[in-house]
Amino acid sequence: MKRLHLRRGAAALACLLLLPLLASCHGSRMSDSFTMPEGIRPDRNYEITFWAKNDTNKTQTDIYHQAIRDFEAYYPNIHVNLRLYTDYGKIYNDVITNIQTNTTPNVCITYPDHIATYLTGAGTVAPLGELADDPVWGLGGSEVKFDAPTKEEIIPEYLGECMIGGELYALPYMRSSEACYVNRTMVEKLGFTLPDVLTWDFVWEVSDKAAQTLGSDGVYAANGQRVLIPFIYKSTDNMMIQYLKQADAPYSTDAGDILLFNDDTKVFLQEIATHVGNGAFSTFKISGYPANFLNAGQCIFAVDSTAGATWMGSDAPLVDISPDNLVDFETAVYPVPQLDPAHPRMISQGPSICVFNKADPEEVVASWLFAQYLLSDDVQIAYAETEGYVPVTSSARENSAYRDYLSRAGEDNKVHYAVKLAATELVLAHTSDTFVTPVFNGSSSLRDAAGNLIESTVKSVRRRQTVDDAYYAKLWQDTRSLYRLDDTLHAGADGSDLSDIPLPGLSRGLLLVLAAIWAGILVRLVIMRLQAGK
Amino acid sequence: MKKLTAAMTIAALTVCLAACGKTAPAGGSANAPASFEDVKGEGVMTHAEYLAADVDDEVTVETYVQAKQSWWEDKATLYTQDQDGAYFIYDAACSEDDYAKLTPGTKIRVTGFKAEWNGEIEIAEGKITIEDGNYIAPALDATSLLGTDKLLDHQNEFVSFSGLTIEDKGNGQAFFYNWDNSGTQGDDLYFDASVDGKTYSFTVESYLCDQNTDVYKAVENLKVGDKIDCEGFLYWYEGANPHITKVTVK
Repeated sequence: MKRLHLRRGAAALACLLLLPLLASCHGSRMSDSFTMPEGIRPDRNYEITFWAKNDTNKTQTDIYHQAIRDFEAYYPNIHVNLRLYTDYGKIYNDVITNIQTNTTPNVCITYPDHIATYLTGAGTVAPLGELADDPVWGLGGSEVKFDAPTKEEIIPEYLGECMIGGELYALPYMRSSEACYVNRTMVEKLGFTLPDVLTWDFVWEVSDKAAQTLGSDGVYAANGQRVLIPFIYKSTDNMMIQYLKQADAPYSTDAGDILLFNDDTKVFLQEIATHVGNGAFSTFKISGYPANFLNAGQCIFAVDSTAGATWMGSDAPLVDISPDNLVDFETAVYPVPQLDPAHPRMISQGPSICVFNKADPEEVVASWLFAQYLLSDDVQIAYAETEGYVPVTSSARENSAYRDYLSRAGEDNKVHYAVKLAATELVLAHTSDTFVTPVFNGSSSLRDAAGNLIESTVKSVRRRQTVDDAYYAKLWQDTRSLYRLDDTLHAGADGSDLSDIPLPGLSRGLLLVLAAIWAGILVRLVIMRLQAGK
Repeated sequence: MKKLTAAMTIAALTVCLAACGKTAPAGGSANAPASFEDVKGEGVMTHAEYLAADVDDEVTVETYVQAKQSWWEDKATLYTQDQDGAYFIYDAACSEDDYAKLTPGTKIRVTGFKAEWNGEIEIAEGKITIEDGNYIAPALDATSLLGTDKLLDHQNEFVSFSGLTIEDKGNGQAFFYNWDNSGTQGDDLYFDASVDGKTYSFTVESYLCDQNTDVYKAVENLKVGDKIDCEGFLYWYEGANPHITKVTVK
């Protein structure tokens, strides 16, 4: 299994990137702003590219292929080329690189945080407001050949997440949140009863008590094993962001003011440090996938995306550990730990769809139609059923096929796997309790920084380093520097140049190579001229 | 002018390819002299001391690069080994210039923290210093160790497996792109092979050996029932997860 945080071998990529870079160096860098054309023409063929992200899940890739086939049946003159990714970060880097060369895809799956960066290239991303509202080609428009949702049928909270700088720059594709997958059996064995709402205090208390069962023989009485990490969090950026939201503490403003480095953040880190010292907590980056520890009976509280529910529990359809290491226990699915049980807050996450602007506006309309097709009930329901995702349209949610799916929780350990359906119900029930963080150029770095504060603190405690006020002061400073966070990272929906985009190192290198080539050519030309003059 | 442009382009491509080249060992023979003595510097752990250290302890080792997996944002991931055992170096601080200097056999000193990630023992957040010395580990024939607890003793080492038979990965396919066939060319390859009636899984890690390497192409050409020998690094993920660098169809 590959660790999915950002890293990559560059051999093939370097060549792939260099060629279009060289080929397109005379081309215009950006398309102009999008202007709505008459539409697409039936007597013309269109070819569009779609960069899609899946969770390393064959069923999901099959759904993409099927969606393309079905769409092309409606529009035989639009051909969709699919490129598959398993990592949002890699899509982001490839898009950034291709913005430079005007070779972006037509449609891609991405996060609004990333779109905010794409937008710093003027005219790069197609604004979708006018397209969505167009009575002919818009959502559910008269010339749309398939049963598309109307704008009103897209869940308003999710549509709102795609507004950047007052303009619609994406469509929601799927939504999920995080869930706390709990080994109820071990909680009760430790003498606790799970409450209606999981609180941070409860999770820490149970985790500490479980860690205290470590015997002199190196075996934990709680599970009879040598390994027990009671509480493991997959995405520590979400952990910090959700805590701050629950505490009504600052994180950032819509304008891009960085407020993360505050006393509430420090208080939370100090609490985490205490429990790490007790042996009660670790993270995915430090110890591994929470699901593996949960399923081996080596973890009590595993927080991961609801879109990872099929990996969670004794009967999970997807398992990465040896069958002889699986432990039988009852899995309970809860929202992430809360500060105020009466007012739960949890992150809204999940992929969105971005349409890139092109010099040919008809190509953009063709791309838009495909993006719209991804919101049709067939695609929405099929994809949502692959994991703990929920459809983003009310039409799909109310579709009888989807209602039937929800009603059959636990009938089998595949499509109707109980833990997955519980995670799905959790997201459906808490739609109004979800939130997103402000999106601006740099919000993605800020998110990474939030996670890094926790990862660094956990590592420092584990390594028996001194974690005191001086430590946090230095951590603030180092994290600001590492993620290039000034107090304000003002954004850019209407930004006019790409100078602020933190290009991947590879891209920077390739651009330097390109510059060197042209410098060499110019030098050679000068020499030839001088020689000819002689 | 066209020739000049072409030459410059080729030069640029060559630079890229060289910088991104894979360095999996071509063979299994040691290139160290017969009298090779691996003297550890002051403050450097032996492999046994490294194994005995607790997770999260700071460790310092001197070891030899066997293959480079990836470099990204001044962090390198390496397969390394000395005469006594292997050390997987994960995300060590390493400039791009230094990374280019690392070739199979290069001696390095690494100071970092011992870590365990889903069963894989590694040195995380290390700092690398290039030293004088060269050693390429011979491949240990680990065929007889497959399925035994003794395999763990050789975690991350350069190993070989012989006399394997390619098994049906699913739908009559000899390999998958990604573990469940959800990927495309360029992603990790997974294949199953059996020996003595037991089947084991093997991986071509695409960061280590990308789609342009011989091993990647060889696995893409495998057929169910093929008899193969292979070699690679004994990576660990919830059990043995060998990262294969060479496949020979017999």
